[in-house]
Amino acid sequence: MLLVAPLFVLLLLSFCLPIAALLARAVYDPTMHDALPRTAAALDASPDRGVPDDAVFAAFGEDLQAAKQNDTLYNLAKDLNNLLPAARSHVLRTARGLSPDRPLTRAELTALDPFWGDSQTWSAIRNGVPSFTTGYLLAAIDLRWTPAGSIGAVPPDQAIYRAIFARTFAIAAGVTLITLVLGFPLAWLLANLSGPTAARLILLVLLPFWTSILVRTAAWTVLLQRSGILNELLLGLHAIDHPIDLMYTRAGLIIAMVHIQLPFTLLPIYSSMRTISPSQMRAAYSLGARPFAAFRRVYLPQVMPGVMAGCLLTFILCLGYFITPALVGGPADQLIANFISNYINIDLNWQMAAALSFILLALTLGLFAVFARMFGIDRMKLI
Amino acid sequence: MKSIGCLGLIACAAAAVAAWPAGAQQQQLTIASAGGAWQQAQRNAWYTPFAQKLGIKFNEEETSAGMARVQAMVQAHNVTDDVVTVDTAQVLAACDSGILVRLDWSKIAPREGFLPGAARDCGMGLDVYGDVLAYNTDVVKSEPPTSVLALFDTKRWPGKRGMQKIAANNLEWALEADGVPTDQVYKVLATPQGVDRAFAKLDTIKNDIVWWQAGAQPPQLLASREVVMTTAWNGRIQNPIDHEHAPFKIVWDNEIIEYDMISIPKGSPHLDLAYQYLAYVAQPENNARLGVFIPYGPVVKDATEFVPKDTLPKLPTAPDHMKAALPIDMEFWADYGQDLNKRFNDWLAK
Repeated sequence: MLLVAPLFVLLLLSFCLPIAALLARAVYDPTMHDALPRTAAALDASPDRGVPDDAVFAAFGEDLQAAKQNDTLYNLAKDLNNLLPAARSHVLRTARGLSPDRPLTRAELTALDPFWGDSQTWSAIRNGVPSFTTGYLLAAIDLRWTPAGSIGAVPPDQAIYRAIFARTFAIAAGVTLITLVLGFPLAWLLANLSGPTAARLILLVLLPFWTSILVRTAAWTVLLQRSGILNELLLGLHAIDHPIDLMYTRAGLIIAMVHIQLPFTLLPIYSSMRTISPSQMRAAYSLGARPFAAFRRVYLPQVMPGVMAGCLLTFILCLGYFITPALVGGPADQLIANFISNYINIDLNWQMAAALSFILLALTLGLFAVFARMFGIDRMKLI
Repeated sequence: MKSIGCLGLIACAAAAVAAWPAGAQQQQLTIASAGGAWQQAQRNAWYTPFAQKLGIKFNEEETSAGMARVQAMVQAHNVTDDVVTVDTAQVLAACDSGILVRLDWSKIAPREGFLPGAARDCGMGLDVYGDVLAYNTDVVKSEPPTSVLALFDTKRWPGKRGMQKIAANNLEWALEADGVPTDQVYKVLATPQGVDRAFAKLDTIKNDIVWWQAGAQPPQLLASREVVMTTAWNGRIQNPIDHEHAPFKIVWDNEIIEYDMISIPKGSPHLDLAYQYLAYVAQPENNARLGVFIPYGPVVKDATEFVPKDTLPKLPTAPDHMKAALPIDMEFWADYGQDLNKRFNDWLAK
């Protein structure tokens, strides 16, 4: 136990804690609470839903003034914008036009910008003010808090994440199935060959396995593009008249992903096949089994743990694909990881990135649990 | 005894390694930039001569994550970049969120010596570049396009066109192609109807677009004939024309003009040196030097006289190229960028 302790500490410090800290951003966000302390107190005092009274507006005016002074206005605007599209420019414009001398009234502000007279606006502020918020997690599955205080669907033109989660899982399942169909016979061949031929073939499988994903993805670009090797070859053979579009398509993405994932599916199957003695099949034949029956009742049950392990490995790895869809896929082939990356790098909306990561992790773990329950985790043969 | 000696040696080495950065601390400046031909040009024009002049070491980072990287560093209180190059829209947003140093212009150069909008509270302009259209003359032989808006004419120029995977520029061009006069573009785009109109125009060519993300991609797309035409940053096309005799041609009409910016993250470990670097780049003769290596124009007014004669006609600000040019409105993009980018990404994903 003591010998593995350093590994546990390393995992805890460099893996579990950072992931937990990042995921916490999905529900913990003190920005609005810190920037709007007076508004928060005033809102607590007037529990009605909808557009609040003058007391809240006065407190809101003071908070905006203070936020303008201490550089928190922008973060406030950005945060509210995450919960309510278009809020950002309203906050900034309103704060710019505020006069510090007298308290703000509801009539004055709603006349200045009707945005503040909308119950949807105040619903977003009410939901954003507590440090703990469920808004981002709901948004990650195309839901939101309605002004009435219940959970409802977002407008159809903003609802995209369910479709993208579905796309991610569908592509992962498709790639897993193709690698299984391609990998199973190859694994059988490798397991039943002997001597130098087998070693050479294994090397051919492992060689791409050792190459970086980025390099292999870039190589597929060279192969698949309109003036690429594949198109030139097919044109040269007069098999096609015009170059076919493979780059930036679903087909191209699946080809590249299958190539990268094949060894992950194949190797566990291969290693479980290696343990089955050929004499078992001969025994089955000699007892009168037809080849298919022998395969189904003697061979397949023994390789199933390897098949399950290989498929699970490929499926879960596919859920996190990012580079390959970005380089080979088109806009309609981007997976959930691409959206997470976009929120982190471009939009700087880390709360939304954390919420999407949280949903992805939860779905993956849930699926894993179902899988483990159906087939038994102890029966799975990963290596 | 031997093992103790070994340990001692390791300890000494460790101490030496630990002491080394401390001793060298005054002498290094770390810059994070966007890589490619542009960073190469910066290196030739500014990094190397500046490092030689001051006898310091210049560390370079290449990143496309710009502001996300700065935000992560500042929030973690572990800032390693002294200066970063970024887009103007990002500078405005990051300035408001307090992760950049508000520049003290007395340490750099007179603020009024810069082109309008190039000297910001948290960012200094480095150069002027154009978002232009480019095509491969081996592919488009008859009827060459004369305006960036040819992007939207799939009848006369059928085939794939490359466009940058961002909302900015594309929405402006879509409105211009839909008949909005250049000086009205931002007024129209500020209305929900204007945004719908721009996306409706983009819809008409959605299936013909190949999206690029890195500045190095457009010349590759042209060279591999993956696209008939592509939008690009003018320098990234001019460089292969000048140095590799690539058969590319730039279309200037309806170009969009932008500044590259440089900023100092809050908590930069070598603040004085960072200011010295900004002051160095802002000197007219230095500011003009970038144009020797990549055809981007100077942002300092007095620098124009130092621009080499043969570079002038290649700049996005050459009088011939400015006819229908649109200067990008960074305040607009700082205000509306987040929503328009969200809508753009939703639109892409459908």
